[in-house]
Amino acid sequence: MAKSNPHDWLTHADRDKRGVPAGLWMLCDGCGSTVYRADVEDNLNVCPECDHHFYVPAAVRIAQLLDEDSFEEWHQGLSPLDPLEFADQKSYADRLAAEQKKTGLTEACVVGRGYMRGRPLVFGLTDAGFIMGSMGSVVGEKLTRAIEEATHLQLPLVIVSGSGGGARMHEGILSLMQMGKVSAALARFDQAGGLFISVMTHPTMGGVAASFASLGDFVIAEPKALIGFAGPRVIKSTVNMELPDDFQTSEFLLQYGFVDRIIRRHNLRSELARLIDYCGQ
Amino acid sequence: MPPLNQLVFERPIYVLEDRLADLEQQDDPSPEVRQEIRDLRVEITQKRREIFADLDAWQITQVARHPERPQTLDYLELVFDEFVELHGDRAYRDDPAMLTGLGTLDSLKVLFVGQHKGRNIKEREKHNYGMAHPEGYRKALGKMQMAAKFGLPIVCFIDTPGAYPGIEAEERGQAYNIAYNLREISKLETPIICVVIGEGGSGGALGIGIGDHIAILQYAYYSVISPEGCAGILWKDVKYRDKAAKALKFTSDNLQRLGVVDEVVEEPLGAAHRDHRQMARTLKASLMDAIRELSEFSSEELLERRYEKFRRLGVFDESADSDTAPDPDAGSDS
Repeated sequence: MAKSNPHDWLTHADRDKRGVPAGLWMLCDGCGSTVYRADVEDNLNVCPECDHHFYVPAAVRIAQLLDEDSFEEWHQGLSPLDPLEFADQKSYADRLAAEQKKTGLTEACVVGRGYMRGRPLVFGLTDAGFIMGSMGSVVGEKLTRAIEEATHLQLPLVIVSGSGGGARMHEGILSLMQMGKVSAALARFDQAGGLFISVMTHPTMGGVAASFASLGDFVIAEPKALIGFAGPRVIKSTVNMELPDDFQTSEFLLQYGFVDRIIRRHNLRSELARLIDYCGQ
Repeated sequence: MPPLNQLVFERPIYVLEDRLADLEQQDDPSPEVRQEIRDLRVEITQKRREIFADLDAWQITQVARHPERPQTLDYLELVFDEFVELHGDRAYRDDPAMLTGLGTLDSLKVLFVGQHKGRNIKEREKHNYGMAHPEGYRKALGKMQMAAKFGLPIVCFIDTPGAYPGIEAEERGQAYNIAYNLREISKLETPIICVVIGEGGSGGALGIGIGDHIAILQYAYYSVISPEGCAGILWKDVKYRDKAAKALKFTSDNLQRLGVVDEVVEEPLGAAHRDHRQMARTLKASLMDAIRELSEFSSEELLERRYEKFRRLGVFDESADSDTAPDPDAGSDS
């Protein structure tokens, strides 16, 4: 990435990267209705018919949650390598290049600082559009640096997770170790009295759910997100029975006691700001 | 020995051993037979060395899962002089997949935590193949916190295909309980030694895998995902598990090269399942060395070392990072 414009993915985030399939009309995964694309976009990528929350790419999420132009990205140039020289049907190196081209991101994670309704904070997210938002070395490192920085700056920390992939297979054991690394950094942040709000969006699974995303002082979920440890297919083949209808949804986690609040995208920014007011500096 | 427990690539060894056994049974063997017995013994050793020097990742996976490979209950018998089992998570139930208790190694008193997979069908059902539920992780953490309070070093044996992927496990917060362990174990002010003795299955392994000295037995493996799981996702077919096993670089030599483990504990010739006692002796010596070494550190030093051990893991390129963030005391040494 060119140093001259480290935020080019932010400023150049054009309409075809807004997470809604191209075309004037689109089909909603939630209710099956055909809806007008512009209506969905104007509605924060939420279906106007059924309230289904569509995927939101990094730049749009930042625009939705943080005050205009307040986000200052950190470590944008931190980029992935291929420590295992991993190749399945496609080499990891090629896969990375393709994902970077597709998303305009260098990796599945963006961190930095910004303001939320005037409140300063450290902000991070994982983008499910980049290798399913999975956590490899770069994601782990960026989050850890952001947490360490939040500890140093004594700022509240908000991390929005969108990670269907959990720990990234292509970096093998190093991905698994990022879970330990990020969690240890959160331990120090916690001991220093820091406020961490984790926002789980669709999907938050595996090693991401089993590390930082579950460790918030507040754990918030968007409606009907898939959240869990093991994938539903793996569970189904293990237990050999039908899974409950709402299994591993936000509502399921709320019912069983692992989510504090489910918040619609429209209210997310104001509700997060309110939580910060209760506990933040 | 039933062929069921013989791995395909071990067969040449068993063939030679069978022939040796036949010859040894002869009453009053001729000098020729006696010579053949001597030659066979040498040949068997050579064959073992030859086969085990050149195992591929999938073969090592099979050794790690060998039904006769010593498991936690074997080591509790062979390595520890005493084991006082402690049950329960104080919240839901006792998880038999995760064993915890007080133990002694010669004069050293420790807290033991470890998964047990089960050595026969009955045991496997009881211990759920070493796949713990959330209460297993909570049980482990509870006992570890108790050990830290009383200054007991902690020994964790990792041997699990993974945390249990089931409906109730999700209802009871498998992800949360593993996450909570990762955070809380990083704060425990007592030495922690983790040894992967067989299968180090992903988050289920890491849930008791945060420590100050991470060791792995030579033919154990430790991976982000099982070779079958990885093959199913990336190759769309489980039959490519051998390819996945190779690609994941999860064998002990690779883990040491990547800096994830501090020590590879050598197994007896032909692997641990061929000689439980020898394996136990080596493992005990390794544990005692590690505990003695770690007991030299103050609590602050231990916690700092533990933080840095995980902090430095990861491979990335920061040459293009113009770094807009001030980086005060962060470990930016990668």
